[in-house]
Amino acid sequence: MSDTTLWVAVLAGSAVVFVLKLVGHLVPEHWLAQPRVARTAALVTVALLSALVAVQAATSGSELVADARLPALAVAAVALVLRAPFIVVVVLAALTAALLRALGMP
Amino acid sequence: MGPEPLDDAVVADVRAARRQAVSVAFATGLYGVSFGALSVAAGLDTAQTMALSLLMFSGGSQFAAIGVLGAGGAAGAAIATAGLLGARNGLYGPQVSPLLGVHGVRRLLAAQLTIDESTAVATVHPPGPAARAGFWWTGVGVFVLWNSFTLLGALLGNTLGDPRRYGLDAAAAAAFLALVWPRLGDSLARTVAAAAVVVALATTPLLPAGVPVLLAAVVAIVAGALAPPAVAPTTAPTTSPTNARPAPTSDEREDA
Repeated sequence: MSDTTLWVAVLAGSAVVFVLKLVGHLVPEHWLAQPRVARTAALVTVALLSALVAVQAATSGSELVADARLPALAVAAVALVLRAPFIVVVVLAALTAALLRALGMP
Repeated sequence: MGPEPLDDAVVADVRAARRQAVSVAFATGLYGVSFGALSVAAGLDTAQTMALSLLMFSGGSQFAAIGVLGAGGAAGAAIATAGLLGARNGLYGPQVSPLLGVHGVRRLLAAQLTIDESTAVATVHPPGPAARAGFWWTGVGVFVLWNSFTLLGALLGNTLGDPRRYGLDAAAAAAFLALVWPRLGDSLARTVAAAAVVVALATTPLLPAGVPVLLAAVVAIVAGALAPPAVAPTTAPTTSPTNARPAPTSDEREDA
């Protein structure tokens, strides 16, 4: 990935996210107050984050892959059930994957 | 603070809001370390990583952007995914804008600071000085700490070398899981999450990187359009770090 592509993504993405924030401050309240709009936006967030979990944990390029990331994700899920803070969840997942790889798991 | 005289109850409310803001800012800022480290592991340099934290300043969108770029996705896919995840910030504006009543440059500043955490803290306090203090202290606090810790994480990440050896690829997956976790409260959300996982995995071998994630958003839009309107809308912001969710009752009890 070229440096230019990365900068385009970073700057244009930031501009889009800022404009969305600003629009919320400028449009009349009732435009966004419709339950269906709010619910769909919440569901889009859930869908995107869930898809990112799957892609980040079980794919490599265009292939489906099962490696040390999956048990690490399971550990993260247990930590979340136990209400561990974000940073602890993330560190536990990293440690699990690092340990399993040190033991020879791909 | 506004010019109006503050009675003791209001002063106590403002103090509670500030205290809460500081604890939320620390909890959220701290995981900027993981963003910084994951961003350089995904192939961005330190300047690009900092630009995301300073300019995009929305955790979910930032993690999504580096996730798509790190997987080899095109700039367009990264921008679209970040934008779709940032759309919820647009829904917070109508909630906080009337509380703040600012215009001009301060409105631009308020817009940039309108994120899960600042909205959550502002809206759990009574409208007035406490709500405003909650918004600004949380927004500025998260901004300063999130950016400081992003820089620390990027510098640490640069010294680590192969990210896989340290399990940073698994950490990225765990970060997304932790971000989505508090949003899975109702069964419709859980169904959409499961469908999104299936769609993303099933289409990964067939479509360019980044597109499977966007396709999952279509699942949500269809579900949102088709599901019965009886389901309560989830407009209340959920702070991303699972334990940073403001708990005003425990915080304010000591003032009561």
